[in-house]
Amino acid sequence: MLLSMLWLLALPLSAGAQTGQPVPEDPVNTKRAMHLAEELRCLVCQNQTIADSSAELAVDLRRQIREQIAQGKNDGQIIEFMVARYGDFVLYRPPLKGTTLFLWFGPPLLLLTGFAFLFYYLKSRRNRIAQQHMSASEREEARALLGSDTGSRRA
Amino acid sequence: MNRYLIPLAVFIVLVVFLGIGLGLNPREVPSPLIGKPAPVFKLAQLHESGQVLGKEDLLGQVWLLNVWASWCVSCREEHPVLIEFAKRNLVPIYGLNYKDKRDDALAWLNRFGDPYKASIVDADGRVGIDYGVYGVPETFVIDKAGLVRYKQIGPVTPDALKNKILPLLQRLQQS
Repeated sequence: MLLSMLWLLALPLSAGAQTGQPVPEDPVNTKRAMHLAEELRCLVCQNQTIADSSAELAVDLRRQIREQIAQGKNDGQIIEFMVARYGDFVLYRPPLKGTTLFLWFGPPLLLLTGFAFLFYYLKSRRNRIAQQHMSASEREEARALLGSDTGSRRA
Repeated sequence: MNRYLIPLAVFIVLVVFLGIGLGLNPREVPSPLIGKPAPVFKLAQLHESGQVLGKEDLLGQVWLLNVWASWCVSCREEHPVLIEFAKRNLVPIYGLNYKDKRDDALAWLNRFGDPYKASIVDADGRVGIDYGVYGVPETFVIDKAGLVRYKQIGPVTPDALKNKILPLLQRLQQS
């Protein structure tokens, strides 16, 4: 009795194998495939990863990734496979090389330029302010104006 | 004066960059295959499914590989251009029937004409992946040594044929 029940349990698995249904994979490999698919851009819908996209190409490429993992290829080899076919554009993290130097260092460079500009501007502004002298009568006038202003606001 | 000139200069540079960006087509991702050996394949032919065609069968000649499918709308757009081109008998066009059904593909060729010397069947799209196909139709120019020399992404327009593909074919055939 117990034996036959065990056999029944095994049935769906063997049936799946016969019809060529995808057999459940081990979770580590599934996670790896998922992680790789999230690193790769789908060229059909370019703002989506292969993991997100439901385009047919993305489905095919996910299958490629799973197959290559099953063949024992490492992540680097699978990424290389994709880059050889679709170019650096498939990578959401493009490699650092001559043509991508501006891509990587352009934004920080612009930020630094902005900071440099801000620094010099503030410095020259402070100098301008420091150079302005007020006479005693101007000071008195300003005080009167400020005093009446705050007074009227309070009222 | 400088106060206005510098922001103006920055603004102009920005406008120029954005202008260039507008002119680019993000769908056209340059193929890393250009100048490299065309990926090998060995696939059954569409008309005679018993016969297999491989890359090595085509070595020694300049040829075009046109990726097409009966479900592909833009393929219909480029088809008359290919038909006209085939009539001129310059170089053979081989079709890669990409992720299609045989009956649909044959019916499509019957209806719109067949510019291909032969079509090969890539039912599951694996050869397509090897060629970096992501938007059918795509057309590759492959030289006598089997190197990919050019890739047209999207339909072959009369303009692209005249200004890019034909001059290239002429050069490749002379070499």
